[in-house]
Amino acid sequence: MTTLPHILSLITFMPLLGALVLLLFRITSRGEDAGIIERNAPSVALATSLITFGLSVWALVDFNVADPGFQLVEDIPWFAGMSYRMGVDGISLTLVLLTTFLMPLCFIASWGVVKERITEYMIAFLLLETLMIGVFCALDIMLFYVFFEAGLIPMFIIIGVWGGPNRVYAAFKFFLYTLLGSVLMLIAIIAMILVAKTTDVTVLLTYDFPPGMQTWLWLAFFASFAVKMPMWPVHTWLPDAHVQAPTAGSVILAGVLLKMGGYGFIRFSLPMFPDASHAFAPLVFVLSIIAIIYTSLVAFRQTDMKKLIAYSSVAHMGFVTLGIFSMNFIGLQGAMFQMISHGVVSAALFLVVGVIYDRMHTREIAAYGGLVRYMPVYSAIFMLFTMANVGLPGTSGFIGEFLTMTGAYLVNSWLAFGAAFGVILSAVYALTLYKKTIFGVITNPKLEGITDLSRREIIIFVPLVVATILFGIWPSLVTDITEPAVRLLVEQAAPTLAQ
Amino acid sequence: MTSFVSNLVLIAPEAGLAITALVLLVAGAVRGERAGGLISWLSAGALLLAALWVMRDAGSSAQAFNGALVFDQLASFAKIAVLISAALVLAMGNRFLRDENIIKYEYAILVLLAVVGMMIMVSANDLLSLYVGLELQSLSLYVLAAFNRNSLRASEAGLKYFVLGGLASGLLLYGISLIYGFAGTTRFDGVAAAAGGHMNMGLVIGLVFVLSGLAFKISAVPFHMWTPDVYEGAPTPVTAFFATAPKMAAIALIARLLNGPFADLAGQWQQVVIGLSVLSMTLGYFGAIMQRNIKRLMAYSSIANMGYALIAMAAGGVVGVSALLLYMGLYLITTLGLFACILAMRQGEGMVERIDDLAGLSRTRPGLALSFSLLMMSIAGLPPLAGFFGKLYIFMAAVDQGLLWLAIYGAVLSVVGAFYYLRVVKIIWFDDPGPAFVAPSATLSLTAGAAAFFMLPGALWLLPALERWAQAAAAALS
Repeated sequence: MTTLPHILSLITFMPLLGALVLLLFRITSRGEDAGIIERNAPSVALATSLITFGLSVWALVDFNVADPGFQLVEDIPWFAGMSYRMGVDGISLTLVLLTTFLMPLCFIASWGVVKERITEYMIAFLLLETLMIGVFCALDIMLFYVFFEAGLIPMFIIIGVWGGPNRVYAAFKFFLYTLLGSVLMLIAIIAMILVAKTTDVTVLLTYDFPPGMQTWLWLAFFASFAVKMPMWPVHTWLPDAHVQAPTAGSVILAGVLLKMGGYGFIRFSLPMFPDASHAFAPLVFVLSIIAIIYTSLVAFRQTDMKKLIAYSSVAHMGFVTLGIFSMNFIGLQGAMFQMISHGVVSAALFLVVGVIYDRMHTREIAAYGGLVRYMPVYSAIFMLFTMANVGLPGTSGFIGEFLTMTGAYLVNSWLAFGAAFGVILSAVYALTLYKKTIFGVITNPKLEGITDLSRREIIIFVPLVVATILFGIWPSLVTDITEPAVRLLVEQAAPTLAQ
Repeated sequence: MTSFVSNLVLIAPEAGLAITALVLLVAGAVRGERAGGLISWLSAGALLLAALWVMRDAGSSAQAFNGALVFDQLASFAKIAVLISAALVLAMGNRFLRDENIIKYEYAILVLLAVVGMMIMVSANDLLSLYVGLELQSLSLYVLAAFNRNSLRASEAGLKYFVLGGLASGLLLYGISLIYGFAGTTRFDGVAAAAGGHMNMGLVIGLVFVLSGLAFKISAVPFHMWTPDVYEGAPTPVTAFFATAPKMAAIALIARLLNGPFADLAGQWQQVVIGLSVLSMTLGYFGAIMQRNIKRLMAYSSIANMGYALIAMAAGGVVGVSALLLYMGLYLITTLGLFACILAMRQGEGMVERIDDLAGLSRTRPGLALSFSLLMMSIAGLPPLAGFFGKLYIFMAAVDQGLLWLAIYGAVLSVVGAFYYLRVVKIIWFDDPGPAFVAPSATLSLTAGAAAFFMLPGALWLLPALERWAQAAAAALS
């Protein structure tokens, strides 16, 4: 295949194009036409997201895996010294692929499930996809911020319009929490631009900020990314947002939006403020270990399935921060892998919960039990993702946790001990959830005759199952792409620790 | 003689508008009440013609009447903004006034006279011309506020505005007399020479009085008390006018005053401006949270927005003023769009003003809902909308001039602002629909749509142009 010019812009703005087409029809249509558009909007959205996924695979083919630098770069000057500058390295490309991979699944998962204001729903998701891809591709720090912040708007609408009973509270909490973190980053970005006289990320990556300035720049970025990750103790917005969001919203939230925090740490905090990162690493370690152990315990006590998975997400993101701030090659590779793996597995778990929620309209664990009798296929799939969540060898979850723990071990063996303790706890809550819902006798009479997975649902889970197992037994599929960029990053951020 | 003619040529737009106002006054008196609509349209046309005239001369710089007035890029920027806002307000308000049965020809004429006052304000190069322009503007605005004389709320608004405005004018005049006493002249260059020497306490006190009087005009805290009541009580088109043109004129005037004659006292006035800015942002944003009336919400929103503008004012210099002008330009566009949306809030039996009346607008009128939400999110400063770039410029100017904490405070406070702006978005999108609005007039849909378009895709190529223009205007001061 030949190189497609402006492929990153194509990938980024293809969903926007789909959204604009839908928007145009939505606003201009009246009466009968509106119904036709409502019926066809899902197909348009699905087709758009599939084309986007195809384009991102094309980008992967064009991508030179051996090159650690930024590739497929586009650069158009804008105003006030800012540019429209896009480019990817191994780190961002894998996250772009994760995004475009999950998006079609979201649309299939919403097919026939979302019954109200379908066109608007599709528009919101397509907009969100554009903005998420933009975050990972932007090479201008201001452009990055614009994409990063703008993503809040469609997510706010998604939670608020199609969410559960307490959706307004959750939407506002999500929005204001993340915005508060981000505005501090904005001031830091402004200060960086004024000092370095450029908005180009590639230049900023190698710019030496004075150590005193690094400290508070790091803290400002930390405020934003820690909320986004989310790290303990600023994680409290996540369970609310997850519980109220529609299934596809949860999938995107857990699958992609949380990764923006990790991506931010890897792309900005580590290489741009290496001194401060070293100084603050112990703080991050402590918070990560607390997140892993404390939120695992909290997850164990949950009665709502989505809330349980939300807390388990916080715990798993603790592994990511642990790996990132170990600042060695293995730890960072592990963090990257863990992000991809968690993106697939937690997305799958939210879809798993969505399947029975669509049938029973409750997420209370107590309402279920004995599902295996009527839903054998479902139980098998649920089992696989539960195991992947726990980190069973052979699934992708194992690779991520193993690598991050190894990275942490190289820094301090007690860190690895704390993290490993968290793995045990994750087995406790995940297996308990599985036991309570799938096994046992059927106590709830409404469960009688519940149907197993439909063909549409099987189509959703097949790619996720394949990805989970494939990455579990052949992890170099991911690690080969990220390796050169991670190696370069380790040299920039921690020259003494490079190994 | 030739100099007199050339002076007349320079003030042709102002003089033309004043003459138009007088001619239309006679025409109105002859034709009676029926002529209200026609006179509105004619006035809007005259304002646009004046804007074109100013635009034609925009590049040049000159002084008139022995240095009492100055015509430079800053003045043209502010004049064009004022003229276009006023013309749009007239065009948008026509249908409202007809429906509310208060269409009178004096309305358009008062707007014209106020605009003439504002044009003199922004061109003022002498404390006396400053005062004359300001008073011409203020007196017209007092009458406009109470224009709906049968309404108790409007009369109360007018009276409040008049009494407080009179107080502010007194402060201003007292400050001017102090400055004259210590500088020995009212000309700006003379004042600049006096301020350039050793620090003169009398001048500083005079400046503080003048600033207080002007802060009243931009409704900066603690001189804001009239704003919510007047915004709520005045007829909505008048409120739209209050929220746009006079703000721009007063801001441009303050920018010229502080960075021209008082540039050497920057260390003194900066503290005052920072104080006004912090208070305005805080009170504006926290005061807005509990509002139920959309016009009161806009009042607090404009107080807060002036607070942000004052951040840039405090930064000063070319960087600060260009950020200030860019922000004001965006503020005007957003506010005009928002008032177009508010004017479209009309159910079968008449105008509605409660925020809750917007419930479910996204289902009953998707186009209007989209414009309204985009404008609200833009004024909240959310990227990628234009309002974000306005705030970005202000923060950049502030950080650049070492006002880091002010920038951080403004940024953190904008989260509070986001809360109540988003509450409107929430009501539009999340709540169940109420009674639908009647179809808005073409002018309203067009204004709201155009403003919303500018906020999002339009911003990408129109912002750079606006930025260059603002920079050229700011450069006129140095």
